[in-house]
Amino acid sequence: MLSIFAQVDIPHIEWLPLIPHVVMAGAAVVLLTIVSVAGRWLPRWFPAAWTVAAGLAVLATAIPVWIRAWQEGPHSVVAGSIGVDGFSVFIIVLLACTVVLTALVSDGFLQRESLDGPAFYVLLMLSATGGIAMASANNLIVLFLGLEILSLAVYVLVAMHLRRAESQEAGIKYFVLGAFASAFLLYGIALVYGATGSLNLIGIEGALRTNDLSDNGLLLAGMAMLLVGFGFKVAAVPFHAWTPDVYQGAPSPVVSYMAAGVKAAGFAALLRVFFAGFGEVADEWQPVIFGLAIASLAVGSLMAIVQTDVKRILAYSSISHAGFILVGVQAATHDGVASVLFYLAAYAAMAIGSFAVVTVVSGPGDEGTALDNLRGLASRRPLLAAGFTVLLLSQAGIPFTAGFWAKFEVITAAVDARSFWLAVIAMLAAVVAAFLYLRIVVAMFLDAPDPDAPRLHIPRGPALAITIVVLFTLAFGIYPEPLLSLADDAWLNLRLRAH
Amino acid sequence: MDGSMVLPVIIFLPLVGAAAIALIAPSRSTVLKPVAVATSAATGALTLWLMAAFDKNDGDFQFTQLTEWIGSAGISWHVGVDGISLFLVVLTGVLFPLAIVACDPPHDAKAYYIWLLVLETGCLGVFLSLDLVLFFLFFEVVLIPMYFLIGSWGHENRKYAATKFFLFTMLGSALMLVGMLTLALLAKDYSDTGEITFNLIELANSAGELPTITARWIFLSFALAFAVKVPIFPVHTWLPDAHTEAPTAGSVILAGVMLKLGTYGLVRFGLYLFPEASRYFAPLLFTLGVIGILYGAVVATMQRDLKRLVAYSSVAHLGFIVLGIFSINTEGIEGGLLQMVNHGLSTGALFLLVGFIYERRHTRQISEMIGLQKAAPVLAAVFTVVMLSSVGLPGLNGFVGEFLILAGAFVAHRWWAVVAAAGVILAALYLLWAYQRVFHGTPDDANRSMPDLNWQEKLVMLPLVGLIVFLGVYPKPVIERMEPAVNALIEHMEDIEGFESPTVDDRPEGSFEDLRTLTDDYGSDEGEGH
Repeated sequence: MLSIFAQVDIPHIEWLPLIPHVVMAGAAVVLLTIVSVAGRWLPRWFPAAWTVAAGLAVLATAIPVWIRAWQEGPHSVVAGSIGVDGFSVFIIVLLACTVVLTALVSDGFLQRESLDGPAFYVLLMLSATGGIAMASANNLIVLFLGLEILSLAVYVLVAMHLRRAESQEAGIKYFVLGAFASAFLLYGIALVYGATGSLNLIGIEGALRTNDLSDNGLLLAGMAMLLVGFGFKVAAVPFHAWTPDVYQGAPSPVVSYMAAGVKAAGFAALLRVFFAGFGEVADEWQPVIFGLAIASLAVGSLMAIVQTDVKRILAYSSISHAGFILVGVQAATHDGVASVLFYLAAYAAMAIGSFAVVTVVSGPGDEGTALDNLRGLASRRPLLAAGFTVLLLSQAGIPFTAGFWAKFEVITAAVDARSFWLAVIAMLAAVVAAFLYLRIVVAMFLDAPDPDAPRLHIPRGPALAITIVVLFTLAFGIYPEPLLSLADDAWLNLRLRAH
Repeated sequence: MDGSMVLPVIIFLPLVGAAAIALIAPSRSTVLKPVAVATSAATGALTLWLMAAFDKNDGDFQFTQLTEWIGSAGISWHVGVDGISLFLVVLTGVLFPLAIVACDPPHDAKAYYIWLLVLETGCLGVFLSLDLVLFFLFFEVVLIPMYFLIGSWGHENRKYAATKFFLFTMLGSALMLVGMLTLALLAKDYSDTGEITFNLIELANSAGELPTITARWIFLSFALAFAVKVPIFPVHTWLPDAHTEAPTAGSVILAGVMLKLGTYGLVRFGLYLFPEASRYFAPLLFTLGVIGILYGAVVATMQRDLKRLVAYSSVAHLGFIVLGIFSINTEGIEGGLLQMVNHGLSTGALFLLVGFIYERRHTRQISEMIGLQKAAPVLAAVFTVVMLSSVGLPGLNGFVGEFLILAGAFVAHRWWAVVAAAGVILAALYLLWAYQRVFHGTPDDANRSMPDLNWQEKLVMLPLVGLIVFLGVYPKPVIERMEPAVNALIEHMEDIEGFESPTVDDRPEGSFEDLRTLTDDYGSDEGEGH
């Protein structure tokens, strides 16, 4: 045994870029320990507060990493398997914010559903740790590990609502399909390794630069498999079939996290592997992304129209948003990557806020998610309805919301890459999608409220979360420059030094 | 006041009023309307001051303000006013306070006034923006307040009408956004700095360098957005629903101001940015305009609902404006611009009057009204003046605009002008016939007791009728302010594209033969180009 270890070349480990990973994972483990040791003396809100603090701590530790990536340029550490670049830091920050906001939303929900306990928050933070690993992985195995950590925690979170059969069903469904997707991904990694002789993105990129592998069947099959895996995670058509059922069945705060966090991590990994790793053979995968984008836009927007459940509507709309983000991916340019980052940030705010509203409105049992439950919300809870309207208009891409600039940036990237028709189709899909957001607005403002509707209780946590995301949406809708330049500075590049 | 600050103040004053209204406590609901009236009236006064301070000999943009906004994307806060936008701004400034004074909302007064004032900011922003993205933001954002105005305070079918209005307009502008980005990104290569910019004036200079086919495609994407907004036949179908279902103030603003966003866009962003493409597609557009004139008139004649009749008359009137704009000569464009103002005044007034009648009779069906003239003589008299203005009776404002449009169109495309002139007769038919059915005859029991206009309503109608008469008798103050800007626009088009705009002035006194040669020359010139 000892001799084996002697042969293993332990890489030099630089801790600074790993601190966000360690803090997030450590916070989860420590929370579990604290609660199991001293659980009975802690106040009910302790796990939620702890999670919020952990998220904020990750935010703080991301700053030195960002500065370092800014000073030294993008580079890799730990034997080239962890990338230190603006791109990964942007996604880490996004995930940390998602965790903070989801924890705020969850607090009242768990209390209402009598599901209090640390498990929810531990899984949430572990899942985010996986997301952080995905966002910064420069090695396909590290990336796969991150994806599995992220997914396994989410499978459990989806099935978390013990007294709801739909929740269990959604958990099983997501798990079975997700396992398939992971298998595809792993097989794809193996094939890519076969074709390029490397699991490291820098190695893969180098192999593709020095050899012409553009018609290598192994590589193409491997890329296709990887796309299946990532397509599943980001809910792109035709790998979207699970989305409406799982979104509908899963506890509403979990859906907040899935729509914002899991999607962001999925797109981060997709961009890392395809834009940075397979950038040399972009001509091979761009048409596939083109097709996925169109399919997602069309199916997402059109199918949402016939739904009557708000969670299903938002699920299909998240598919449509995935299509929009794929438009930015398809550009395969630095501007395209920046537009994807901006879109992910804007969408995270809208998605968390929207599902937070659904969480509040759905009432005990998390059952009241039909469109009818929103009828007359404007007269029952004017501020909640106004906030939800801002988020919906942002999803529709109406000016002076962050969602407008997200679409603006993505379309700019597409037009700059001369993908005019994709841009046109995306905008047409946005109009179709606007109809479904209007349906929700109509229900809230123009329909008479149900006289028997119970009085809505809005706990402080969700109220705070909704306020934050609405202010975010409006502030960056009016003056998007800071976020735009941040996304623009978040370089995704492997070619500089590898430590 | 510093000259460059006046436009931002004009744009944002209504928004400040809206914010103030939002902060008023529910217990003090009686001050809502005075605050709304005061802010919109103050804005109106500022627009009048703008008109007085406007240098009428300058065809360039005045009172401009340029600040970088989103530097990385080449987007700036760039506003300015010229002879083309000046009177639309004044029209907006005048119509909003009148619409707010004239009608009280039946419920939720607070939200109602907030949306109206937000809408005013949006409309003013559209007319004053000199940056494409800024323009687009305002152009798109006006949908929200209007959507809620129709949806919350409209008539029976309001949800359907509001959603249809929103989606139609958004569909048009969705493609315009792609066109706009394409224009800016392609024009980047032809600009002096090599930086991306959405500055209208810089783009107008570099857009001429674009390949002809590309420019035509981009023009089409713009034209579609504006065509929906105008609306030009066949994308007009949202208009009758939206106008009919909207509350009275909503209809007034929709017809009076918001339809002009489209025609203004055609002039400012169609002709100015794409001289060649505008001329290439002009036959399509003015043909659709003429179809709109006839179609709108025929359908209006058939209406049983008085409000819907007025709505369809807008389709016809806007057809005239499109015909004038795409004659692409000084008379046509000036006539089009003047007619935008005239239509805003006369149709705005008509919608107000129809609204007054509806408040009294709770019906819009022509068949249920008879002999209102006996019951409400003042209302009938005002209706007569406004209706005759809409018909285009000489001495009232409508005549001046239509005459200029027909003169411009006749020089450019004679037969279209001939057909369009028939539309004037049809306008007389449908409006006079409607007047006859509603106001003449012996009133039955339901109509006999209808009260006449009260002092508040008279006060609202007074400035409108005054302007209708004034512009009919003495349009010079308006035209002389428009002319330098219109001439500058034509010169710009000639510079970029090297075509000669046909003008009425070139023609020797009364010589029909020479006029024909001139138009023939123009025709052959057009043939060579393509």
